[in-house]
Amino acid sequence: MNGWTLLLRMALRRDRLLIPSWVAVFVVVSFGSAAATESLYGDPVSLAAAGHAVNATPALVALYGPIYDVTALGAIGMMKMNAMGAALVGLLGLLLVIRHTRADEEVGRTELAASGAVGRHAALAAALGTAALTVVAVGGLSAGALAAAGLPLGGSLTLGAAWAVCGLVFTAVGGVAAQLATSARASRGIAVAALLAAYVLRAVGDTSGPAWLTWASPVGWSQQMRAYAGDRWWPAAFALLAAVAVAAAAVLVEQRRDLGAGVLADRAGPAHGGPTGPLSLAWRLHRLALAGWASGFALLGFLLGSIASSVPQFLEGAPAAAEMIRALGGTDRLIDAFLATELDFTALVAAAFAVSLIVRLAGEEAHGRAEEVLATPTGRIRWALAHLAVALLGSAVLIVLLGTAAGLARALDTGEVSQLLSVAGASLVRIPAAWTMAAVALLLYAASSRAAVYAWAALVGVVVLGEFGPLMRLPDWMQQLSPYRHIPALPGADLEVTPLVVLLAVTAALVAASAVLYRRRDIVTG
Amino acid sequence: MTNAIEIAGLVKTFGSIRALDELDLTVRTGEVHGFLGPNGSGKSTTIRVLLGLLRSNAGSVTLLGGDPWRDATALHRRLAYVPGDVNLWPQLTGGEVIDLLGRLRGGVDPGRRDKLIQKFELDPTKRSRAYSKGNRQKVALVAALASDAELLILDEPTSGLDPLMEELFRECVQEERSRGRTVLLSSHILSEVEALCDRVSIIRNGRTVETGSLTDLRHLTETSVDATLTGPVPDLAGLDLRDLDIEGGRVRCLVPTPALGDLLARLGAAGISSLVSQPPTLEQLFLRHYGDQA
Ligand SMILES: Nc1ncnc2c1ncn2[C@@H]1O[C@H](COP(=O)(O)OP(=O)(O)OP(=O)(O)O)[C@@H](O)[C@H]1O
Ligand SMILES: [Mg+2]
Repeated sequence: MNGWTLLLRMALRRDRLLIPSWVAVFVVVSFGSAAATESLYGDPVSLAAAGHAVNATPALVALYGPIYDVTALGAIGMMKMNAMGAALVGLLGLLLVIRHTRADEEVGRTELAASGAVGRHAALAAALGTAALTVVAVGGLSAGALAAAGLPLGGSLTLGAAWAVCGLVFTAVGGVAAQLATSARASRGIAVAALLAAYVLRAVGDTSGPAWLTWASPVGWSQQMRAYAGDRWWPAAFALLAAVAVAAAAVLVEQRRDLGAGVLADRAGPAHGGPTGPLSLAWRLHRLALAGWASGFALLGFLLGSIASSVPQFLEGAPAAAEMIRALGGTDRLIDAFLATELDFTALVAAAFAVSLIVRLAGEEAHGRAEEVLATPTGRIRWALAHLAVALLGSAVLIVLLGTAAGLARALDTGEVSQLLSVAGASLVRIPAAWTMAAVALLLYAASSRAAVYAWAALVGVVVLGEFGPLMRLPDWMQQLSPYRHIPALPGADLEVTPLVVLLAVTAALVAASAVLYRRRDIVTG
Repeated sequence: MTNAIEIAGLVKTFGSIRALDELDLTVRTGEVHGFLGPNGSGKSTTIRVLLGLLRSNAGSVTLLGGDPWRDATALHRRLAYVPGDVNLWPQLTGGEVIDLLGRLRGGVDPGRRDKLIQKFELDPTKRSRAYSKGNRQKVALVAALASDAELLILDEPTSGLDPLMEELFRECVQEERSRGRTVLLSSHILSEVEALCDRVSIIRNGRTVETGSLTDLRHLTETSVDATLTGPVPDLAGLDLRDLDIEGGRVRCLVPTPALGDLLARLGAAGISSLVSQPPTLEQLFLRHYGDQA
């Protein structure tokens, strides 16, 4: 452990932009949703109606957890941020730990540190410390933001603490996952799978399954702290104990393995074959990620489709909320408006998949793997287009998959087969907007390999414009900047083809501009 | 065509850093050309310009009769490249990477491929992320050597190989030369270059400071000898010694490598009680010849 404080300072320095940005996202979103709560549920009657409606909808309870006090504004307003928020903080913790352990080890940075005067577990301790500080900061500052936005102080502190302890548990889980696999990707896969399992465990415990399942899940412990609905702090003890035990396990495992090795040995693979060209290589590199995203999208689509029919019921007597969904979705029919809003939002997430692929393309260049391909007869344009093709195809598949799953759930729910076609068809109009975001990312990458990560900023900008633009009454031209603003609000609205054609044209123009820039610049390694 | 590579007055800057400063380099078709220089002197940058990855700021560059920036894809059909720092796709096996690079270059000869894999004792079923640096380098080498490219561009290909593998590599390069291929071999291991190369270019700070055949550059490869004799110091004339220093029974000097045997024979005849002999490192040579110009 010798020297771990030095490594901790180095890690914090390296992430001096990344960590504050993440903390800021949580704080801003907390403040935004807390501030919006008051206007959504004006009177106690509509509040209780909405609360009962949520608790009576298994799909919603599975997704967000039950509402423990239907008379509490905070408990209902923060419903989406409770278990979900805790899980997201957990995700942040595990990603940070793996970033500073296995990801470093994979590229040999740890070897440099290990050869210096630092102890065997210093890197792990520093990574755990970095992530722990971050999740505690997220919890503390978000609690402040919630209280500042007008929610009760006690509940806000409980929610912040619930987030932080869940973050600590999955920080430790990330520490173990980093010891198991030999690649950062596989480590992330293991830790995220553990997080999803915990989430599903509490979803089942909260709905059909035995209630103790919720108590077997770290996300369940955070949820059982019942922020704004009784404020119990004792479940946090489970989480803290688990965090310490799991972190100790990570140290023990690290004790027993060699630097660079993992507990799970890499399986041997084929001695021949493999990708046949640039496109097949891009597919091979991204197919696992796509499969993971696709299963998530299918599940989410089915959930959203199942919830849809109960939306009017749980908004009964809450005219403000109905008004807002109408304003956002742009149609009179509430269910359609709900589906349209969710389809828009998930299409943004699909765009995030496409952006992540383009950012990985920049990584291929930085790590020198581009160089090896580009020294063959494969030209740089062809190579980049191969990755773009997977990004475009993948995001389209995700969008259609979600629409189809949602439509299927609607069809099962209503008994009308036409619902399947209508919702699945409605998802198609989101594809051009996601593609435009992919093309923006490509343009940034084409300008400079280092600029590719700013595509994330562009995506966050679009989210902010879409989520807060109407609420904050931003000028129209500004809201128009988001491609998602131009999508016809299907299902329920008229299909307007012109904006879709314009978006496709913009996408094509951005790709063409990328090709021009990309042809001129240096390919830079490192 | 007699020259595979012709570079004249090449300048490449990164911001304010002048990585290549009017560099010249000529590689004749069919020769093995050593490309020497200390760390950061611009070897990899030159190679990346040759591969059309970097765009030059000034100067003329001709590769296999074409322009490496404009005709990149066409020229790449005729060459194979091994980078100095080999990075592979972690999820692919070594065998898959070899096949992939081969296919991208337009096909692999499976017989040659398998023979090379066996020769270099490479396990092609291992995932790339599990390879050591040396084994990653072997993957790239096998892929390059298995191709039928007319030009091999190798950037410090042996920096991760153990001595046995390095010997094997030398054999392979000699074989390639006898098959008529041209090789550009960047290195800072003088003995490797001596063993393999017909001609050598030495660069420093992005500028060519020496170029020529090894015989031309023989003066660079002097061995330092420090001997204490039991008998009187013999006649050492005609050996082309430099910095000769005789102190009682102790002889210190620099001797050109071809005359080393002769010198030792004369010293041996006089009776040696102790002998230390050291080939000069490249860095020492640089310091001696160019240090004052830095
Ligand atoms: N992308 C880049 N951006 C800025 N500077 C660079 C870049 N690439 C190379 N340089 C600089 O150019 C100079 C030459 O580097 P180069 O990699 O060509 O050296 P080299 O001879 O291959 O060294 P080595 O023997 O260490 O491999 C160095 O000073 C290096 O710092
Ligand atoms: Mg180099």
